[in-house]
Formats: sequence, structure tokens, C-alpha cells
Amino acid sequence: MTDGIGARVARKEDKRFITGKGKYTDDIRMENQAYAAFVRSPHASAKVTGIDASAAEAMEGVIAVHTGPELKADGIGDIITGWAITSKDGNPMQCGVWNPMVTEFARYVGDAVAIVVAESQDLARRAAEKVSVSYDELPATVFADHALETDAHQVHENVPGNLIFNWEIGDEEKTDAAMSGAHHVTQIDITNNRLSPNAMEPRSAVAVYDEAEDHYTLYTTSQNPHVARLVLSAFYQVAPEHKLRVIAPDVGGGFGSKIYIYPEEIACLWASMKTGRSVKWTSDRSEAFMTDAHGRDHVTTAKMGFDADGKIVGFHVDTIANIGAYVSLFATATPTYLYGTLWSGTYDIPAIYGTVRAVHTNTVPVDAYRGAGRPEATYMIERMMETAAREMGMDPAELRRRNFVKEFPYQTQVLLQYDSGDYDALLDMAQDAANVSGFAARKAEAAGRGKLRGIGYSTFVEACGLAPSAAAGSLGAGVGLWESAEVRVNPVGTVEVLTGCHSHGQGHETTFAQLVADRFGLPIDSVSIVHGDTDKVQFGMGTYGSRSGPVGMSAVMKALDKVEIKAKQIAAHVLEASEVDIVIEGGEAKVAGTDKTMGWHEVGLAAYTAHNLPEGMEPGLKETSFFDPVNFSFPSGALICEVEVDPDTGVTEIVQFTAADDFGTIINPMIVEGQVHGGITQGIGQALHEGVVYDDSGQLLTGSYMDYQMPRAADVPSYTVSHGCTPSPNNPLGLKGCGEAGAIGAPPAVINAIIDAIGTDNLQMPATPQAVWTALQSAKMPMAAE
Amino acid sequence: MNNVKMTVNGKAVSRDVPDTTLLSEFLREDLRLTGTHVGCDTSQCGACVVHVDGRAVKSCTTLAASLDGADVTTIEGIANGGDLHPMQAAFNTHHGLQCGFCTPGMIMSGIDMVNRFQADGKDLTEEAIREELEGNICRCTGYHNIVKAIEDAAGTMADMAKAAE
Ligand code: FES
Ligand code: FES
Repeated sequence: MTDGIGARVARKEDKRFITGKGKYTDDIRMENQAYAAFVRSPHASAKVTGIDASAAEAMEGVIAVHTGPELKADGIGDIITGWAITSKDGNPMQCGVWNPMVTEFARYVGDAVAIVVAESQDLARRAAEKVSVSYDELPATVFADHALETDAHQVHENVPGNLIFNWEIGDEEKTDAAMSGAHHVTQIDITNNRLSPNAMEPRSAVAVYDEAEDHYTLYTTSQNPHVARLVLSAFYQVAPEHKLRVIAPDVGGGFGSKIYIYPEEIACLWASMKTGRSVKWTSDRSEAFMTDAHGRDHVTTAKMGFDADGKIVGFHVDTIANIGAYVSLFATATPTYLYGTLWSGTYDIPAIYGTVRAVHTNTVPVDAYRGAGRPEATYMIERMMETAAREMGMDPAELRRRNFVKEFPYQTQVLLQYDSGDYDALLDMAQDAANVSGFAARKAEAAGRGKLRGIGYSTFVEACGLAPSAAAGSLGAGVGLWESAEVRVNPVGTVEVLTGCHSHGQGHETTFAQLVADRFGLPIDSVSIVHGDTDKVQFGMGTYGSRSGPVGMSAVMKALDKVEIKAKQIAAHVLEASEVDIVIEGGEAKVAGTDKTMGWHEVGLAAYTAHNLPEGMEPGLKETSFFDPVNFSFPSGALICEVEVDPDTGVTEIVQFTAADDFGTIINPMIVEGQVHGGITQGIGQALHEGVVYDDSGQLLTGSYMDYQMPRAADVPSYTVSHGCTPSPNNPLGLKGCGEAGAIGAPPAVINAIIDAIGTDNLQMPATPQAVWTALQSAKMPMAAE
Repeated sequence: MNNVKMTVNGKAVSRDVPDTTLLSEFLREDLRLTGTHVGCDTSQCGACVVHVDGRAVKSCTTLAASLDGADVTTIEGIANGGDLHPMQAAFNTHHGLQCGFCTPGMIMSGIDMVNRFQADGKDLTEEAIREELEGNICRCTGYHNIVKAIEDAAGTMADMAKAAE
């Protein structure tokens, strides 16, 4: 079966994108379209003392100006967070209130103060500049490690000392005992740099209120339209679910940033009702830097204890996580259950304990960005292994091997139970592909050219396939994280699969169709995938956390099972055979061992004509299912990076990058490799280029591509990617998920390579030329105290 | 307001446009050719690249009013009827796109670089492609497959040019 599972099928959805016919939210224009622009706070922290919109309202073509207090007065709810965390003292977390538009205090640069609706986008923006807002400026708290100091400005009245929660995981007593008995203890102090996700398509919303039906439609750049509808209805009281349709059409990348329901969508829906017009808002890039949820931003001290053989005996972590001005949808889960639960990494660690203090600051909210918590965990652990190996005079690869988890399932000390894996095999595969044995010669050759060549490792395991609903619920999640699917066989035998997952680059229209092609031997062109519309798809939790495969496809498999059973019953009845003798393959239902067959389309037709169905059978051939995983899935990998550093300039060039990953079963290797390439590149971006910078007063200094350096084609090499496979036992196909692996594994591989090249680990991300050069100089300096 | 006449994808168009209208806005809003995308506001991302008189330009930094008499080609205008341009086909074959948002700009830049290198008789190496993509950002693909697609299309385009001689 050429289009089945495991085939490198070229993507069905490409045609519209390569011909310019994709349909993204900003491409939509309704009859009588009106446009919105937002008046935003220029201050990180200020009290709004007055808003004068008269000049804007007087402009010809301005339809309305509305403010936060009006929105609140209309009963629109506050923005919620989806995951409740309990502090180690047993107290519930304390979150500041997030009004969709400012009612009294502006808490970050970009906080929306008013919405302007006008006849054109240009006019809306010009009018927004004419809205005069009076502010009383207040002191701002900006940095994670300052937020808890006594002199820090308190961002929210109800959150004393800016501490949202102080969460713990693991066994403190056992870990302290293990650490005190350790032969060697390594300590690292690291930051995980704040990032802006930067999907290339800026966020956009088109809100349409139909007064006659009292019904709303929202076209929006969402990774999870059903979740958006649920939240907009249940919490923001925009409209009840049956009066609200959310459509996420083609979406130009998400990486987490389009999971959340932002103030702008809420305000556009509300403004559409207020004005009786369809209201469209599209972010520009500066606005995106200011208002899209950022990622990462951790400050961490970690200590790891080893015995005399280099075996880890204990691990202790203390992290401060910057959550920003408000607590976004997954913001509390990301630095806890997606971070602390991964502290065992790929290693067998007998004692682990740590705390995470989440803090409010006067910066844009921070939430899940590609990898979400797992990159932060991996970066910390893998830098730890590098530094520890250097301190103990061991080969970093050997130290890893000595500590790898070798038997599965493996119960970590931090809740998770790893399903399957073979970490040694992946490291072997990566070392072979990277020709590690030839490294010394390459290093010598580079030295001849005046370059410092270094090699860096990273191994990772991540929890994907979010998530078993009961487990998530017991840990504080406000939703279940199952997925649903519907498989419709049409009377002519073509098949439609409706999924609650959403594709914003992942290629679901191809890979989901491969499942059907594989199951029934149908050509892939006779299968179409429907997603992204709450009126079409029954329900779904969307796409993030590498869940479309392990959870979404599993739901499709369950529905296919049901379809297959019914199709066999129909075929057996028509062909006068026993059900157990029917096989469906090659687009036909056959009676095994005979020449009796029935075309797939004939089965479909028989189901709908219903002239000759088995007694008691309902007509039709359409099945639905919900799949709730019993556990996460645990992809893993080994990455090896080689860099050359120019000691005169500090410029780092990535000269070779190798990844060996275990994603379990692979549906389409071409698409999986593409996910790995993209993930690694974002990881390299974090390691070398990217970093959101706020100044002391909370002004955003990296507000455009002039200041925020995105990795470009010449910054990265071509990659060598290979795969091992230990299927996950937790879903029918053995899938593990591949979307985040590169972004999780790459940063420490790059930084460890630079550390190897320059001979000091006194380096934080992003390792810009200046940072690397400075580290090199400090390494050359004689110890001042000696 | 200025009256502007241009040829867009082979068709004559004439519109009155304000001085401030960008070519990207003109294409997207006036002509409803929404394949040309806008990904930034500082002329850095290249999602908006189109061809003006046969050369790649960033439509987000070009005023429509300055293009009276120009010949403009957008992503919608490069296929030959039902036949994809070799650059389009290569992006599909090599999985050079994921979300598709940067893709129109990548394809238009790719065609332009191949044309320029071939006109100069220069070899379009992997390194050259990566350098030439300096003005185009892709957040999804990591560039690996975009580079492969452009390399492959360059070969096909050279063969086609030879066959046409
Ligand atoms: S939109 Fe033209 S360069 Fe970004
Ligand atoms: S394919 Fe998504 S930005 Fe390039």
C-alpha cells in the first residue's frame, strides 16, 4: 500500500499553499467589513486615570470606541487559567485578575485599554492614536529573580510578594540525605531565556454577529477552536456554545502561541455585537511581540550528587518562573507538571526534589511555547551532565550512558512512568551518524584555521500525547485532554475523517488520510480530512503537546475499528459469508479463500440504500469515537552538535547537527523529519540568537525583527536525522509524537558544544558573539582571588 | 489619490490609490490576491515577496503609486494554467512547506535567485541558496527542505531553459 502507514507521501494540502490559495484568517473579508485597532498601554505599570476618545470618535469613518469598564459592565468575564496549582504549604495558588481590557491598572506594555472600530484598518489605527489616555505611572517589576525581593513592586493587589505559587515535587528528605552522602556535587546556576514564539502568520480574528439569530461566528488563528468556543462561552460569557461557531481556517504556525484565547478575540466578538458589524483585527509584528504569550523565562539553581563511579545519587532543583502580568491558560501547568515531572531526564535518579516559584511581573504573559516546560527541564539536566562530566574528568557521553534508564516501564521519582525506550541505541546511532570518532581530527583541522571546534551532546525524554484526562484532572487541570474523531464513509465509498485536532503546518490532511488508506487499501485521494470548525467537528481539544498522533490518530483508529466491523457485517451479509471470513484490503471486501468480492464503494452504497442489511442493523456507515490515553507517550532522542567558534569575534557557526530520535511508529517519515528540522532550528534560535529583552522599566526592547534575531537559512546547517523505534504501548499505533523534540533537545547540544570549544561553562543563552567572546575572555583571565 | 495602471499576473489593472497604499495592501485588499502575505512591519521576513518587472521585491515596502506601468507577478500568477511552476512542484516534492505562510515569498524569492544565477552563469550551491534567503524567514521548516526544493527546481529550470533554446 503506497499511501499507507510509513510511506513518504507528498502532502495533499500543499496545492493551495504553493499556488497562493491558502485561506488564512486575514484573507477573509465579510460584507460590510469593519476593522479594529487597540489602544495599548505604553507603560509597564500604571493606573489609568482617564480616557478621552472624543477626537477619535469625531473622525469620519470611526464607528465606535469602547473601553475596558464598558466591557466589564456588559458582563464579559475575566480571562481564566486552566490549571490549578497547589503550593507546598497546601494553599491554592494566587492569581491576579485579568480583565480582557484594562479597567483600572495597566500591567504590561501592550495591555489593551480600548478598542477602536472603523471603516478601514488604516483609519482604525490612526483613530487609536487619537484616543487620549491619562496614566499615573507606577513602579514596574520586570525580572523573575527580582519579583520576590521585598523592594519589588507588587503587580496585583491580591498576590502578596508577587508569588503565585511555591510548588514542590519529589522527596525532600530523601534527596537531602542522598546529596549529603554524595561523593561529588555539581551546582549550576542557569537562566532559560525568554522567547517570542513568532509564528509567521500574525494573530487575527474576524468576529461576525448575526442579530437576527443572536448568533456569533469567530474566524480566528487558533490551534484549538473547540477549546476557544468552550472558554469564550463558559467563562467569558460572550455567547452560549450553541450560539457561537469558531472556525480556525488555515493557520500559519502556532508553536503554542495560538492555543490561548486572547483579549483581542473577546473584544472583537463583543464589539461586533455592540456595533452590529463584522469586526476584523489583525496583529502586526510589533503588536505580536508585545502581546503574544512569550515562552520560557526561568532562573534556576540545580545541584546534582554523584557517587564515586559517576552514578547520580540525587538531584535538587530550585526554579523561579516568570509568568508575566497575568496567568495565561496553560501558564501554571508549563513550569510544573510539564517541567518538574521531567527532571529525571533519560536517567535513573533515585532521589529528586525541587521547588518552582511562579511570579507575576509587569511583562506580557508567559505560557507554553514549543516544548513547554520540557525544553527548560532538558536544558537544565543536560547542562548539568556536561558540567558534571567536566568536573569529574569523565567523557560526557560515557557519564550519560552510565546513568541511562535501561529498563521499561520506568517509574521516575517525579510522578511519570516512562513507557518504552532504548537510550543507548539512540546515542549509538547519533554517534555513528555524527562520526564522533573523527572529531579529534576535525578539531585539529579547525585549529589550523584558527577556529575552536567543539562537540556537544544532549539526550532527552519528553512526555507527549497530552494527556490522560483523569491524571490531568487529579493534578489540577480544568479540562480533559482526550480527543475525538468521526469517520464517515459516503455512499460512493469516499471517506471523510473529522478530527478535533487542528493542523497549522503539521500535515494532518495527509497523515490522517494515510491511516484510512492503510486500513482499507483506498487511494489517499478518496479520503478527506475535516478540522477546525466547531459546526462540523463534534468536539476536540486541538493540537499542541505533540498530541495529534498519539491521541488524535488513536481516536481515528478507534472509529475506523467500528467502521470496519460494520463494513464486514454488511459484506458478510451481502456475500453470504461469515463475518470472520471477510477481509478488507485493496479497496475491496473479500471472502477469504474464495473469489467472492465486493468493492468498497459497494459496501458504502449497501449501507446507505439499506435494501439488504443484516436484520436489526441501522443504515449508514459512519462512526464516532473518543480516545482518552492511559498514559503520556515518551519520545526520546540523542542529539550531537558540532560548532566552530571564531575566538576573535565570538561568532559561533554550527557546522554539523545530528539527531537520532525515537518517536515510536512513524506514519510519514518525510513529515516527521520536517518537524525535527523545524524544532531543531527553533532550538538553535534559542541557543544562539533569540531573547526577549525588557529594560528595567518594563519597556520591550525587542519589538521587531530588527532587534529579535530569528534563525535564518544561513544560520543553520542541513541536518542529519535518523530514527529508532520502540513503539509506545499506550496507544493503538504505538505513536509517541515528534512536534517538539527538536526544540527540546537542541539548545543544550548547541551550548554544550560551545562550552567544549571555548573551555568554560560560564555561558548563558542566547550565546551571541558578544556573550561567547566575553566568556572566552573570562576563561583566559587569571583567577582574581588567587 | 493616484491613478495607477499595471499588469498583474498578465492582466491589465487600473485603480485609484492613496499615496500611502503599499503594494502588499493593493494586491491583498484591492485586487484580493491574498496569496501575498504580510509577516512583519520592518521589511525583514519576505512573506510578501512578488516580482516587479521580473525582479523580486518586498511588496510591504513598495508603494503601489510608484508602480505605474509596472509588470507585477504574484504567487497566483506563476503556474502555467494547470501546470505548476517547477519551483512550486519542488516545494511539494521536497516538503518545503509546513504552515504555508512563508511559502509564497519563499517560492518567489527562489525563482528570482535561480533566474539571476542562471543569467550570470553562476552555480547555485547550497551555501549560495542559504545566503540568498537572507530576506526570508520561515519558522516551521528549519530551511532544510526549502534549500533542497530550490536546488532541485534550479536543475529543472535550467533544463527547461536549455530545451527552450
Ligand atoms: S511583510 Fe514584507 S518583509 Fe515582512
Ligand atoms: S512554512 Fe510556516 S513559516 Fe515557513
